[in-house]
Amino acid sequence: MKFDLTAQVQSAGSAAGGSAPARDVALIARILGGERELFHELVRPYEKSVYFATHSILQNEQDAEDAAQETVLKALKSLSSFRAESKFSTWLISIAINEARARLRHARVLKFESVDQSPEEDNGSFTPAVITDWREVPLQALERKELREQLQKAIASLPEIYREVLLLRDVEEFNIAETAAALGVSEGVVKTRLLRARLMMQRILAPQLQSKKSGLFGLFRSKAGGSWF
Amino acid sequence: MVLNCKHVWAQISDYIEGDVAPELRQAIEEHLAHCRHCAAVLDSTRNILVLIADDRTFELPLGYGDRLHARLQEEITGSE
Repeated sequence: MKFDLTAQVQSAGSAAGGSAPARDVALIARILGGERELFHELVRPYEKSVYFATHSILQNEQDAEDAAQETVLKALKSLSSFRAESKFSTWLISIAINEARARLRHARVLKFESVDQSPEEDNGSFTPAVITDWREVPLQALERKELREQLQKAIASLPEIYREVLLLRDVEEFNIAETAAALGVSEGVVKTRLLRARLMMQRILAPQLQSKKSGLFGLFRSKAGGSWF
Repeated sequence: MVLNCKHVWAQISDYIEGDVAPELRQAIEEHLAHCRHCAAVLDSTRNILVLIADDRTFELPLGYGDRLHARLQEEITGSE
């Protein structure tokens, strides 16, 4: 997965969710014209994003997959209501998020828990882990299951509103406008949540990853000593 | 414009996005040049974001795509 935030933001420009790519517009027209089998091709590029969106909220593989399937079925049924001034992917992910949130609310009601368990967005400051220096963890280290689990666990530990925004922006690489459109919040809210989510991730992971530089990931150190590469 | 560490932390996400005004960017970079703590916070945050964006970090359940399209096909076939 390519990761160049600055370039991505610049190339995405200010398109609020952007207009639908020509490929999607053409496919949608044909599907609505009766070629319903083409819906498979329409959703295929986005099916991974749908799953990660539902999983970011439900935090359970089976529930996330069920919600992802329901999302795609709902999108098929309501495709005629899609408006091409937005991107199909943004529209689809907003359905996924609403579906997952509805399931989560239902589950909480069944468990007699508060429906509104997301933390309020307080105005308190979020501080990072203050470290003295940082030795980069290379991408090759992701071959180690331990590192992948640390990253997944850190994201899972974030409050829902921060997990959603981090998943869409930093994992699925939606731009700020698309993330805002999918979540139904303003771009300002996305930026505020993103700052906090990123600092929380740094605060959780930076001390863990640095403390393991001579142990867990020692494999990636050079013989000359010390380098991650 | 002189920034302290807390000012820099508050801007770090927008800075990573490339979404800060030129004057503010310059002030942040001047601070980073002299503050090893904030430089380490920036480097670690960027590094963590690169790691979580990698395809290897999050994997789909085995067979997810197949089950999704099978369910979709049922719907398409059933409604015809």
